[in-house]
Amino acid sequence: MAYSDKVIDHYNNPRNVGQLDKSSTEVGTGLVGAPECGDVMRLQIRVNPETQVIEEAKFKTFGCGSAIASSSLATEWIKGRTVDDALGIKNTDIVKELSLPPVKIHCSVLAEDAIRAAIGDWKKKNSAAETVDAAVAVVAQ
Amino acid sequence: MSTIASQVEVPEGVHLPIYMDNHATSPLDPRVLEAMMPYFTTKFGNAASRNHSFGWEAEQAVETAREQIAKLIGTTAKEIIFTSGATESDNLAIKGIAEMYRERGNHIITQVTEHKAVLDSCKHLEKNGYRVTYLPVKADGLIDLDDLRHAIDDKTILVSIMAANNEIGVLQPIAEIGKLCHEKGVIFHTDAVQSVGKVPFNVIADNVDVASISGHKIYGPKGVGALYVRRRNPRVQIAAQIDGGGHERGMRSGTLNVPGIVGLGKACEIANAEMATEAVYLAGLRDRLKAKLESELDYIHVNGSMEHRLPGNLNVSFVYVEGESLLMGINDVAVSSGSACTSATLEPSYVLKALGLGDDVAHSSIRFGLGRFNTQAEVDYVAAKVIDIVKHLRELSPLYEMVKEGIDLTKIQWAAH
Ligand SMILES: Cc1ncc(COP(=O)(O)O)c(C=O)c1O
Ligand code: FES
Repeated sequence: MAYSDKVIDHYNNPRNVGQLDKSSTEVGTGLVGAPECGDVMRLQIRVNPETQVIEEAKFKTFGCGSAIASSSLATEWIKGRTVDDALGIKNTDIVKELSLPPVKIHCSVLAEDAIRAAIGDWKKKNSAAETVDAAVAVVAQ
Repeated sequence: MSTIASQVEVPEGVHLPIYMDNHATSPLDPRVLEAMMPYFTTKFGNAASRNHSFGWEAEQAVETAREQIAKLIGTTAKEIIFTSGATESDNLAIKGIAEMYRERGNHIITQVTEHKAVLDSCKHLEKNGYRVTYLPVKADGLIDLDDLRHAIDDKTILVSIMAANNEIGVLQPIAEIGKLCHEKGVIFHTDAVQSVGKVPFNVIADNVDVASISGHKIYGPKGVGALYVRRRNPRVQIAAQIDGGGHERGMRSGTLNVPGIVGLGKACEIANAEMATEAVYLAGLRDRLKAKLESELDYIHVNGSMEHRLPGNLNVSFVYVEGESLLMGINDVAVSSGSACTSATLEPSYVLKALGLGDDVAHSSIRFGLGRFNTQAEVDYVAAKVIDIVKHLRELSPLYEMVKEGIDLTKIQWAAH
Protein backbone atom coordinates (compact mmCIF):
# COMPACT_ATOMS: atom_id res chain seq x y z
CA MET A 1 0.00 0.00 0.00
CA ALA A 2 1.40 3.36 -0.97
CA TYR A 3 0.46 6.15 1.40
CA SER A 4 0.10 9.78 0.46
CA ASP A 5 2.59 12.25 1.92
CA LYS A 6 -0.20 13.75 4.03
CA VAL A 7 -1.08 10.39 5.59
CA ILE A 8 2.58 9.81 6.38
CA ASP A 9 2.89 13.29 7.85
CA HIS A 10 -0.06 12.75 10.21
CA TYR A 11 1.27 9.30 11.10
CA ASN A 12 4.70 10.68 11.98
CA ASN A 13 3.46 13.85 13.63
CA PRO A 14 -0.06 13.22 14.78
CA ARG A 15 -1.79 16.45 15.87
CA ASN A 16 -3.66 16.79 19.14
CA VAL A 17 -2.98 13.42 20.67
CA GLY A 18 -4.27 13.01 24.17
CA GLN A 19 -7.26 13.07 26.39
CA LEU A 20 -9.60 15.62 27.94
CA ASP A 21 -11.49 15.29 31.21
CA LYS A 22 -14.49 13.22 30.25
CA SER A 23 -16.49 14.33 33.27
CA SER A 24 -16.33 18.06 32.45
CA THR A 25 -19.61 19.46 31.04
CA GLU A 26 -17.63 21.41 28.48
CA VAL A 27 -16.16 18.20 27.08
CA GLY A 28 -17.81 15.84 24.61
CA THR A 29 -16.37 12.38 24.00
CA GLY A 30 -16.90 10.12 20.99
CA LEU A 31 -15.67 6.53 21.09
CA VAL A 32 -16.36 4.71 17.84
CA GLY A 33 -15.33 1.46 16.19
CA ALA A 34 -14.51 -1.81 17.92
CA PRO A 35 -11.30 -3.68 18.70
CA GLU A 36 -12.55 -6.74 16.79
CA CYS A 37 -12.89 -4.61 13.67
CA GLY A 38 -9.32 -3.41 14.02
CA ASP A 39 -10.24 0.20 14.55
CA VAL A 40 -11.20 2.29 17.57
CA MET A 41 -11.21 6.08 17.60
CA ARG A 42 -11.67 8.32 20.57
CA LEU A 43 -12.22 11.96 19.72
CA GLN A 44 -12.86 14.60 22.36
CA ILE A 45 -13.81 18.26 22.16
CA ARG A 46 -13.89 21.10 24.68
CA VAL A 47 -16.54 23.63 23.75
CA ASN A 48 -16.75 27.23 24.92
CA PRO A 49 -20.27 27.45 26.41
CA GLU A 50 -20.64 31.11 25.43
CA THR A 51 -19.55 30.95 21.81
CA GLN A 52 -20.15 27.21 21.06
CA VAL A 53 -16.68 27.20 19.53
CA ILE A 54 -14.58 24.03 19.81
CA GLU A 55 -11.51 25.37 21.56
CA GLU A 56 -9.69 22.12 22.06
CA ALA A 57 -9.79 18.72 20.37
CA LYS A 58 -7.91 15.55 21.24
CA PHE A 59 -7.80 12.05 19.79
CA LYS A 60 -6.38 8.60 20.17
CA THR A 61 -6.77 5.93 17.52
CA PHE A 62 -6.16 2.20 17.25
CA GLY A 63 -6.25 1.46 13.55
CA CYS A 64 -4.36 1.59 10.31
CA GLY A 65 -2.28 4.57 9.20
CA SER A 66 -5.22 6.00 7.28
CA ALA A 67 -7.42 5.81 10.36
CA ILE A 68 -4.77 7.58 12.43
CA ALA A 69 -4.36 10.27 9.79
CA SER A 70 -8.13 10.72 9.39
CA SER A 71 -8.67 11.31 13.08
CA SER A 72 -5.61 13.53 13.42
CA LEU A 73 -6.85 15.65 10.52
CA ALA A 74 -10.36 15.73 11.99
CA THR A 75 -9.07 17.28 15.21
CA GLU A 76 -7.21 19.92 13.23
CA TRP A 77 -10.29 20.79 11.20
CA ILE A 78 -12.79 21.04 14.02
CA LYS A 79 -10.63 23.20 16.25
CA GLY A 80 -11.80 26.80 16.09
CA ARG A 81 -15.10 25.92 14.48
CA THR A 82 -18.49 26.15 16.10
CA VAL A 83 -20.19 22.89 16.93
CA ASP A 84 -22.71 23.25 14.12
CA ASP A 85 -20.01 24.16 11.65
CA ALA A 86 -17.98 21.08 12.63
CA LEU A 87 -20.98 18.87 11.93
CA GLY A 88 -20.68 19.94 8.32
CA ILE A 89 -17.38 18.06 7.86
CA LYS A 90 -17.91 15.06 5.59
CA ASN A 91 -15.83 11.93 5.29
CA THR A 92 -15.44 12.69 1.60
CA ASP A 93 -13.57 15.89 2.53
CA ILE A 94 -11.13 13.76 4.51
CA VAL A 95 -10.76 11.26 1.66
CA LYS A 96 -9.92 14.11 -0.68
CA GLU A 97 -7.47 15.85 1.62
CA LEU A 98 -5.57 12.65 2.43
CA SER A 99 -5.95 11.03 -1.04
CA LEU A 100 -7.27 7.84 0.55
CA PRO A 101 -7.77 4.84 -1.75
CA PRO A 102 -11.22 3.17 -1.92
CA VAL A 103 -10.34 0.42 0.60
CA LYS A 104 -9.59 3.11 3.18
CA ILE A 105 -12.82 5.06 2.85
CA HIS A 106 -14.27 3.38 5.94
CA CYS A 107 -11.40 4.85 8.00
CA SER A 108 -12.60 8.34 7.03
CA VAL A 109 -16.20 7.38 7.77
CA LEU A 110 -15.07 6.43 11.24
CA ALA A 111 -13.51 9.87 11.70
CA GLU A 112 -16.76 11.55 10.68
CA ASP A 113 -18.63 9.26 13.08
CA ALA A 114 -16.20 10.22 15.83
CA ILE A 115 -16.84 13.94 15.30
CA ARG A 116 -20.60 13.36 15.41
CA ALA A 117 -20.36 11.16 18.48
CA ALA A 118 -18.25 13.71 20.38
CA ILE A 119 -20.59 16.56 19.50
CA GLY A 120 -23.61 14.37 20.30
CA ASP A 121 -22.17 13.61 23.72
CA TRP A 122 -21.50 17.27 24.40
CA LYS A 123 -25.02 18.24 23.30
CA LYS A 124 -26.57 15.59 25.49
CA LYS A 125 -24.66 16.82 28.53
CA ASN A 126 -25.50 20.43 27.87
CA SER A 127 -29.15 20.08 27.05
CA ALA A 128 -29.43 18.29 30.39
CA ALA A 129 -27.56 21.14 32.05
CA GLU A 130 -29.87 23.68 30.37
CA THR A 131 -32.95 21.90 31.72
CA VAL A 132 -31.45 21.89 35.17
CA ASP A 133 -30.74 25.61 34.88
CA ALA A 134 -34.31 26.19 33.76
CA ALA A 135 -35.67 24.15 36.62
CA VAL A 136 -33.61 26.11 39.11
CA ALA A 137 -34.88 29.32 37.54
CA VAL A 138 -38.49 28.16 37.98
CA VAL A 139 -37.96 27.29 41.61
CA ALA A 140 -36.32 30.65 42.28
CA GLN A 141 -39.34 32.56 41.04
CA MET B 1 7.54 10.85 -1.03
CA SER B 2 8.23 11.38 2.64
CA THR B 3 9.52 8.54 4.71
CA ILE B 4 8.60 7.43 8.17
CA ALA B 5 10.65 9.26 10.75
CA SER B 6 12.43 7.04 13.19
CA GLN B 7 15.32 7.60 15.51
CA VAL B 8 16.71 4.11 15.06
CA GLU B 9 20.17 4.07 13.57
CA VAL B 10 21.00 1.66 10.77
CA PRO B 11 24.01 -0.43 11.79
CA GLU B 12 26.96 -0.80 9.49
CA GLY B 13 26.61 -3.59 6.95
CA VAL B 14 22.81 -3.48 7.02
CA HIS B 15 21.19 -2.58 3.73
CA LEU B 16 17.61 -1.40 3.60
CA PRO B 17 15.04 -2.65 2.91
CA ILE B 18 15.53 -5.82 4.96
CA TYR B 19 13.75 -8.94 3.76
CA MET B 20 12.27 -10.89 6.67
CA ASP B 21 9.30 -12.57 4.99
CA ASN B 22 10.85 -15.90 4.03
CA HIS B 23 7.62 -17.87 4.44
CA ALA B 24 6.06 -15.91 1.61
CA THR B 25 9.02 -16.57 -0.64
CA SER B 26 12.76 -16.75 -0.28
CA PRO B 27 15.52 -15.17 -2.32
CA LEU B 28 17.17 -17.40 -4.90
CA ASP B 29 20.46 -18.76 -3.61
CA PRO B 30 23.24 -17.62 -6.01
CA ARG B 31 24.46 -21.23 -6.20
CA VAL B 32 21.02 -22.25 -7.42
CA LEU B 33 21.00 -19.57 -10.06
CA GLU B 34 24.41 -20.68 -11.24
CA ALA B 35 23.21 -24.27 -11.62
CA MET B 36 20.14 -23.12 -13.57
CA MET B 37 21.80 -20.74 -16.01
CA PRO B 38 23.01 -23.21 -18.67
CA TYR B 39 19.50 -24.64 -18.96
CA PHE B 40 18.19 -21.26 -20.06
CA THR B 41 20.89 -20.87 -22.69
CA THR B 42 22.90 -23.63 -24.33
CA LYS B 43 21.24 -26.63 -22.67
CA PHE B 44 17.71 -25.78 -23.74
CA GLY B 45 16.58 -29.25 -24.78
CA ASN B 46 13.21 -30.82 -24.11
CA ALA B 47 13.64 -33.57 -21.54
CA ALA B 48 11.15 -35.67 -23.49
CA SER B 49 13.18 -35.57 -26.73
CA ARG B 50 14.62 -39.06 -27.14
CA ASN B 51 16.45 -38.61 -30.43
CA HIS B 52 19.31 -36.23 -29.76
CA SER B 53 21.83 -35.06 -27.23
CA PHE B 54 19.89 -31.88 -26.39
CA GLY B 55 17.06 -34.00 -25.08
CA TRP B 56 19.35 -36.47 -23.31
CA GLU B 57 21.20 -33.65 -21.59
CA ALA B 58 17.96 -32.12 -20.32
CA GLU B 59 16.65 -35.49 -19.21
CA GLN B 60 19.88 -36.19 -17.35
CA ALA B 61 19.57 -32.87 -15.51
CA VAL B 62 15.98 -33.64 -14.54
CA GLU B 63 16.95 -37.06 -13.21
CA THR B 64 19.75 -35.54 -11.14
CA ALA B 65 17.26 -33.10 -9.63
CA ARG B 66 14.86 -35.94 -8.88
CA GLU B 67 17.63 -37.67 -6.96
CA GLN B 68 18.59 -34.53 -5.07
CA ILE B 69 15.00 -34.06 -3.90
CA ALA B 70 14.56 -37.75 -3.09
CA LYS B 71 17.72 -37.74 -1.00
CA LEU B 72 16.56 -34.79 1.07
CA ILE B 73 13.27 -36.45 1.98
CA GLY B 74 14.53 -40.01 2.30
CA THR B 75 13.08 -41.66 -0.77
CA THR B 76 13.98 -42.75 -4.30
CA ALA B 77 13.91 -40.68 -7.49
CA LYS B 78 11.08 -42.76 -8.98
CA GLU B 79 8.69 -41.42 -6.36
CA ILE B 80 9.11 -37.73 -7.25
CA ILE B 81 7.01 -36.01 -9.88
CA PHE B 82 7.39 -32.42 -10.94
CA THR B 83 4.68 -29.77 -10.91
CA SER B 84 4.35 -26.02 -11.36
CA GLY B 85 4.50 -25.42 -7.60
CA ALA B 86 2.95 -26.53 -4.37
CA THR B 87 -0.49 -25.15 -5.20
CA GLU B 88 -0.59 -27.60 -8.07
CA SER B 89 0.95 -30.36 -5.93
CA ASP B 90 -1.75 -29.91 -3.27
CA ASN B 91 -4.52 -29.86 -5.90
CA LEU B 92 -3.13 -32.91 -7.66
CA ALA B 93 -2.69 -34.88 -4.45
CA ILE B 94 -6.11 -34.18 -3.00
CA LYS B 95 -8.24 -34.21 -6.14
CA GLY B 96 -6.20 -37.00 -7.72
CA ILE B 97 -6.52 -39.28 -4.70
CA ALA B 98 -10.19 -38.44 -4.20
CA GLU B 99 -10.90 -39.37 -7.79
CA MET B 100 -8.79 -42.54 -7.77
CA TYR B 101 -10.23 -43.94 -4.53
CA ARG B 102 -13.85 -42.88 -5.01
CA GLU B 103 -14.99 -46.51 -4.94
CA ARG B 104 -13.41 -47.03 -1.56
CA GLY B 105 -14.93 -43.99 0.12
CA ASN B 106 -15.73 -40.30 -0.08
CA HIS B 107 -14.47 -38.92 3.23
CA ILE B 108 -11.44 -36.66 3.60
CA ILE B 109 -9.96 -35.22 6.78
CA THR B 110 -7.94 -32.02 6.96
CA GLN B 111 -7.58 -29.20 9.49
CA VAL B 112 -8.52 -25.55 9.71
CA THR B 113 -5.10 -23.86 9.46
CA GLU B 114 -4.10 -25.49 6.16
CA HIS B 115 -2.98 -23.38 3.23
CA LYS B 116 -5.78 -22.28 0.89
CA ALA B 117 -4.46 -24.65 -1.78
CA VAL B 118 -5.55 -27.53 0.48
CA LEU B 119 -8.71 -25.98 1.91
CA ASP B 120 -10.03 -24.84 -1.44
CA SER B 121 -9.28 -28.21 -3.06
CA CYS B 122 -11.33 -29.82 -0.29
CA LYS B 123 -14.14 -27.30 -0.77
CA HIS B 124 -14.16 -28.13 -4.44
CA LEU B 125 -14.57 -31.82 -3.63
CA GLU B 126 -17.41 -31.07 -1.22
CA LYS B 127 -19.36 -29.71 -4.17
CA ASN B 128 -18.84 -33.03 -5.91
CA GLY B 129 -20.22 -35.38 -3.31
CA TYR B 130 -17.24 -35.75 -0.98
CA ARG B 131 -17.49 -35.26 2.76
CA VAL B 132 -14.71 -33.26 4.44
CA THR B 133 -13.90 -33.01 8.14
CA TYR B 134 -11.96 -29.90 9.15
CA LEU B 135 -10.28 -30.67 12.45
CA PRO B 136 -9.86 -27.77 14.87
CA VAL B 137 -6.50 -26.87 16.39
CA LYS B 138 -5.63 -26.27 20.02
CA ALA B 139 -4.48 -22.87 21.29
CA ASP B 140 -0.89 -23.79 20.39
CA GLY B 141 -1.86 -24.52 16.78
CA LEU B 142 -1.49 -28.31 16.96
CA ILE B 143 -4.24 -30.75 16.16
CA ASP B 144 -5.39 -33.22 18.79
CA LEU B 145 -4.52 -36.78 17.71
CA ASP B 146 -7.62 -38.08 19.46
CA ASP B 147 -9.76 -35.80 17.32
CA LEU B 148 -8.14 -37.31 14.27
CA ARG B 149 -8.59 -40.88 15.54
CA HIS B 150 -12.28 -40.26 16.14
CA ALA B 151 -12.79 -38.57 12.80
CA ILE B 152 -11.55 -41.51 10.75
CA ASP B 153 -14.42 -43.75 9.63
CA ASP B 154 -14.84 -46.58 7.13
CA LYS B 155 -15.39 -44.11 4.30
CA THR B 156 -12.20 -42.14 4.99
CA ILE B 157 -9.76 -42.31 2.07
CA LEU B 158 -7.40 -39.42 2.76
CA VAL B 159 -5.95 -37.37 5.59
CA SER B 160 -4.21 -34.13 4.58
CA ILE B 161 -2.38 -32.33 7.39
CA MET B 162 0.45 -29.88 6.80
CA ALA B 163 3.91 -30.48 8.25
CA ALA B 164 4.59 -26.82 9.12
CA ASN B 165 2.23 -23.89 9.05
CA ASN B 166 3.13 -20.92 6.87
CA GLU B 167 1.86 -18.25 9.27
CA ILE B 168 2.74 -19.48 12.73
CA GLY B 169 5.44 -22.01 11.84
CA VAL B 170 3.87 -24.68 14.02
CA LEU B 171 4.97 -28.26 13.30
CA GLN B 172 2.20 -30.84 13.34
CA PRO B 173 3.02 -34.30 14.74
CA ILE B 174 3.17 -35.85 11.28
CA ALA B 175 4.95 -39.07 12.28
CA GLU B 176 2.11 -39.90 14.69
CA ILE B 177 -0.51 -38.79 12.20
CA GLY B 178 1.04 -41.00 9.53
CA LYS B 179 1.23 -43.94 11.89
CA LEU B 180 -2.44 -43.60 12.72
CA CYS B 181 -3.35 -43.36 9.04
CA HIS B 182 -1.39 -46.49 8.23
CA GLU B 183 -3.07 -48.41 11.04
CA LYS B 184 -6.42 -47.45 9.58
CA GLY B 185 -5.45 -47.98 5.95
CA VAL B 186 -5.92 -44.31 5.05
CA ILE B 187 -3.61 -42.37 2.72
CA PHE B 188 -1.65 -39.57 4.38
CA HIS B 189 -0.81 -36.45 2.37
CA THR B 190 1.17 -33.62 3.89
CA ASP B 191 1.81 -30.13 2.59
CA ALA B 192 5.51 -30.06 3.46
CA VAL B 193 6.25 -26.76 1.71
CA GLN B 194 7.45 -24.93 4.80
CA SER B 195 9.20 -27.82 6.51
CA VAL B 196 11.24 -29.47 3.76
CA GLY B 197 14.78 -28.14 3.91
CA LYS B 198 14.13 -26.39 7.23
CA VAL B 199 13.60 -29.25 9.69
CA PRO B 200 14.21 -33.00 9.31
CA PHE B 201 11.55 -34.45 7.03
CA ASN B 202 11.74 -38.10 6.06
CA VAL B 203 8.86 -39.83 4.34
CA ILE B 204 9.76 -43.20 5.87
CA ALA B 205 10.28 -42.05 9.47
CA ASP B 206 7.32 -39.68 9.22
CA ASN B 207 4.98 -42.29 7.64
CA VAL B 208 4.09 -39.95 4.78
CA ASP B 209 2.46 -41.27 1.60
CA VAL B 210 2.21 -38.11 -0.46
CA ALA B 211 4.00 -34.78 0.10
CA SER B 212 3.90 -31.36 -1.58
CA ILE B 213 7.11 -29.39 -2.07
CA SER B 214 7.73 -25.92 -3.53
CA GLY B 215 10.92 -24.48 -5.00
CA HIS B 216 10.65 -20.86 -3.94
CA LYS B 217 10.36 -21.47 -0.20
CA ILE B 218 13.77 -23.13 -0.09
CA TYR B 219 15.90 -20.56 -1.95
CA GLY B 220 14.96 -22.09 -5.30
CA PRO B 221 12.93 -20.65 -8.18
CA LYS B 222 9.21 -19.85 -8.27
CA GLY B 223 6.81 -21.79 -10.44
CA VAL B 224 8.30 -25.20 -9.79
CA GLY B 225 7.36 -27.81 -7.24
CA ALA B 226 7.22 -31.52 -6.67
CA LEU B 227 4.94 -34.19 -5.36
CA TYR B 228 6.25 -37.23 -3.58
CA VAL B 229 4.02 -40.23 -4.29
CA ARG B 230 4.76 -43.47 -2.44
CA ARG B 231 5.20 -46.56 -4.62
CA ARG B 232 5.35 -49.26 -1.94
CA ASN B 233 3.71 -50.01 1.43
CA PRO B 234 1.24 -48.71 0.41
CA ARG B 235 1.38 -47.98 -3.32
CA VAL B 236 -0.50 -44.75 -3.89
CA GLN B 237 -2.21 -43.99 -7.16
CA ILE B 238 -3.24 -40.56 -8.32
CA ALA B 239 -5.62 -39.65 -11.12
CA ALA B 240 -4.05 -37.04 -13.40
CA GLN B 241 -5.62 -33.61 -13.30
CA ILE B 242 -3.78 -32.34 -16.38
CA ASP B 243 -3.99 -34.54 -19.45
CA GLY B 244 -1.61 -34.51 -22.38
CA GLY B 245 1.62 -36.15 -23.39
CA GLY B 246 1.73 -38.55 -20.46
CA HIS B 247 4.79 -37.04 -18.79
CA GLU B 248 5.70 -37.89 -15.19
CA ARG B 249 4.39 -41.45 -15.39
CA GLY B 250 1.08 -40.15 -16.69
CA MET B 251 0.37 -38.24 -13.50
CA ARG B 252 1.26 -34.81 -14.77
CA SER B 253 1.50 -34.01 -18.45
CA GLY B 254 3.37 -31.02 -19.79
CA THR B 255 6.89 -30.29 -21.01
CA LEU B 256 9.12 -30.14 -17.98
CA ASN B 257 10.42 -26.80 -16.74
CA VAL B 258 14.03 -27.94 -16.93
CA PRO B 259 15.81 -24.86 -15.53
CA GLY B 260 13.28 -24.65 -12.70
CA ILE B 261 13.64 -28.33 -11.91
CA VAL B 262 17.44 -28.04 -11.91
CA GLY B 263 17.08 -25.14 -9.48
CA LEU B 264 14.73 -27.05 -7.20
CA GLY B 265 17.15 -29.98 -7.18
CA LYS B 266 20.13 -27.78 -6.38
CA ALA B 267 18.16 -26.03 -3.62
CA CYS B 268 17.43 -29.43 -2.06
CA GLU B 269 21.06 -30.48 -2.31
CA ILE B 270 22.17 -27.31 -0.51
CA ALA B 271 19.47 -27.73 2.14
CA ASN B 272 20.55 -31.30 2.73
CA ALA B 273 24.11 -30.19 3.38
CA GLU B 274 23.36 -27.06 5.41
CA MET B 275 20.03 -27.59 7.13
CA ALA B 276 21.39 -28.72 10.48
CA THR B 277 23.68 -25.72 10.98
CA GLU B 278 21.22 -23.32 9.43
CA ALA B 279 18.45 -24.40 11.79
CA VAL B 280 20.61 -23.66 14.81
CA TYR B 281 21.58 -20.29 13.35
CA LEU B 282 17.99 -19.30 12.58
CA ALA B 283 16.66 -20.44 15.95
CA GLY B 284 19.38 -18.28 17.53
CA LEU B 285 18.30 -15.22 15.54
CA ARG B 286 14.65 -15.93 16.25
CA ASP B 287 15.20 -16.24 19.99
CA ARG B 288 17.30 -13.08 20.01
CA LEU B 289 14.53 -11.16 18.28
CA LYS B 290 11.95 -12.53 20.69
CA ALA B 291 14.03 -11.73 23.77
CA LYS B 292 14.64 -8.15 22.61
CA LEU B 293 10.97 -7.51 21.93
CA GLU B 294 9.90 -9.04 25.22
CA SER B 295 12.44 -7.06 27.23
CA GLU B 296 11.17 -3.69 25.98
CA LEU B 297 7.45 -4.16 25.37
CA ASP B 298 4.53 -5.27 27.51
CA TYR B 299 1.36 -6.94 26.17
CA ILE B 300 3.05 -8.98 23.49
CA HIS B 301 1.80 -12.40 22.66
CA VAL B 302 3.60 -15.14 20.71
CA ASN B 303 1.15 -17.01 18.49
CA GLY B 304 1.55 -20.78 18.28
CA SER B 305 3.71 -23.31 20.06
CA MET B 306 7.32 -22.24 20.64
CA GLU B 307 8.31 -25.86 21.21
CA HIS B 308 6.98 -27.35 17.97
CA ARG B 309 8.01 -24.63 15.59
CA LEU B 310 10.11 -23.83 12.55
CA PRO B 311 13.42 -22.30 13.61
CA GLY B 312 12.95 -19.19 11.44
CA ASN B 313 9.40 -18.29 12.43
CA LEU B 314 8.20 -15.78 14.97
CA ASN B 315 4.58 -14.67 14.94
CA VAL B 316 3.82 -12.01 17.53
CA SER B 317 0.81 -9.92 18.41
CA PHE B 318 1.61 -6.44 19.67
CA VAL B 319 -1.66 -6.08 21.45
CA TYR B 320 -3.45 -2.67 21.25
CA VAL B 321 -1.49 -1.76 18.12
CA GLU B 322 -3.09 -2.43 14.75
CA GLY B 323 -0.87 -4.48 12.41
CA GLU B 324 -1.04 -2.37 9.30
CA SER B 325 -0.13 0.80 11.15
CA LEU B 326 2.87 -1.07 12.52
CA LEU B 327 3.91 -2.25 9.06
CA MET B 328 3.65 1.34 7.89
CA GLY B 329 6.12 2.43 10.54
CA ILE B 330 8.60 -0.30 9.70
CA ASN B 331 8.33 0.11 5.96
CA ASP B 332 12.03 -0.57 5.43
CA VAL B 333 11.49 -4.08 6.78
CA ALA B 334 9.54 -6.65 4.77
CA VAL B 335 7.34 -8.72 7.10
CA SER B 336 3.66 -9.56 6.98
CA SER B 337 0.64 -9.10 9.20
CA GLY B 338 -2.52 -11.03 10.03
CA SER B 339 -4.38 -7.75 10.30
CA ALA B 340 -7.59 -7.35 8.35
CA CYS B 341 -6.53 -3.91 7.21
CA THR B 342 -3.74 -5.50 5.15
CA SER B 343 -5.93 -8.13 3.54
CA ALA B 344 -8.09 -7.73 0.47
CA THR B 345 -11.10 -9.13 2.30
CA LEU B 346 -10.73 -6.97 5.42
CA GLU B 347 -10.88 -10.19 7.45
CA PRO B 348 -8.13 -10.98 9.94
CA SER B 349 -6.07 -14.15 9.49
CA TYR B 350 -8.15 -17.35 9.67
CA VAL B 351 -5.11 -19.16 11.04
CA LEU B 352 -4.83 -16.87 14.06
CA LYS B 353 -8.58 -16.97 14.63
CA ALA B 354 -8.39 -20.77 14.65
CA LEU B 355 -6.06 -20.55 17.66
CA GLY B 356 -8.93 -18.93 19.53
CA LEU B 357 -7.36 -15.47 19.51
CA GLY B 358 -9.75 -12.57 19.63
CA ASP B 359 -9.98 -10.61 16.41
CA ASP B 360 -8.33 -7.69 18.16
CA VAL B 361 -5.22 -9.77 18.89
CA ALA B 362 -5.21 -11.17 15.35
CA HIS B 363 -5.30 -7.60 14.01
CA SER B 364 -2.13 -6.87 15.96
CA SER B 365 0.00 -9.70 14.65
CA ILE B 366 3.24 -9.60 12.72
CA ARG B 367 4.95 -12.59 11.12
CA PHE B 368 8.73 -12.48 11.07
CA GLY B 369 10.14 -15.06 8.66
CA LEU B 370 13.87 -15.38 9.13
CA GLY B 371 15.94 -16.98 6.42
CA ARG B 372 19.38 -18.04 5.28
CA PHE B 373 20.52 -14.55 4.34
CA ASN B 374 19.40 -12.65 7.43
CA THR B 375 22.09 -11.44 9.82
CA GLN B 376 22.28 -10.69 13.51
CA ALA B 377 22.76 -7.00 12.74
CA GLU B 378 19.52 -7.05 10.77
CA VAL B 379 17.70 -8.69 13.65
CA ASP B 380 19.01 -6.04 16.04
CA TYR B 381 17.89 -3.25 13.74
CA VAL B 382 14.45 -4.79 13.19
CA ALA B 383 13.94 -5.30 16.92
CA ALA B 384 14.91 -1.70 17.70
CA LYS B 385 12.71 -0.36 14.96
CA VAL B 386 9.68 -2.42 15.95
CA ILE B 387 10.07 -1.41 19.60
CA ASP B 388 10.32 2.25 18.61
CA ILE B 389 7.20 2.17 16.42
CA VAL B 390 5.12 0.06 18.81
CA LYS B 391 5.84 2.59 21.55
CA HIS B 392 4.87 5.46 19.25
CA LEU B 393 1.63 3.75 18.25
CA ARG B 394 0.73 2.84 21.80
CA GLU B 395 0.92 6.51 22.72
CA LEU B 396 -1.80 6.91 20.11
CA SER B 397 -3.79 3.88 21.16
CA PRO B 398 -6.95 4.51 23.19
CA LEU B 399 -7.03 0.81 24.03
CA TYR B 400 -3.55 0.77 25.52
CA GLU B 401 -4.39 3.85 27.58
CA MET B 402 -7.61 2.30 28.85
CA VAL B 403 -5.94 -0.95 29.80
CA LYS B 404 -3.20 0.95 31.60
CA GLU B 405 -5.91 2.77 33.55
CA GLY B 406 -7.35 -0.59 34.57
CA ILE B 407 -10.41 -0.53 32.34
CA ASP B 408 -11.67 -3.94 31.22
CA LEU B 409 -12.09 -3.63 27.47
CA THR B 410 -14.46 -6.57 27.30
CA LYS B 411 -16.93 -4.67 29.48
CA ILE B 412 -17.27 -1.83 27.01
CA GLN B 413 -20.23 -1.74 24.63
CA TRP B 414 -18.42 -1.27 21.35
CA ALA B 415 -20.32 0.08 18.42
CA ALA B 416 -19.23 -2.71 16.08
CA HIS B 417 -19.84 -2.00 12.44
C1 LIG C 1 2.06 -24.18 3.28
C2 LIG C 1 2.01 -23.77 1.84
N1 LIG C 1 1.43 -24.55 0.93
C3 LIG C 1 1.36 -24.22 -0.36
C4 LIG C 1 1.91 -23.05 -0.84
C5 LIG C 1 1.81 -22.73 -2.30
O1 LIG C 1 3.04 -22.93 -2.94
P1 LIG C 1 3.32 -22.34 -4.38
O2 LIG C 1 3.55 -20.88 -4.19
O3 LIG C 1 4.55 -23.06 -4.86
O4 LIG C 1 2.14 -22.62 -5.24
C6 LIG C 1 2.54 -22.20 0.08
C7 LIG C 1 3.12 -20.90 -0.34
O5 LIG C 1 2.43 -19.92 -0.57
C8 LIG C 1 2.59 -22.56 1.44
O6 LIG C 1 3.16 -21.77 2.35
S1 FES D 1 -8.60 0.85 10.32
FE1 FES D 1 -8.68 -1.00 9.15
S2 FES D 1 -8.37 -0.25 7.16
FE2 FES D 1 -8.23 1.56 8.34
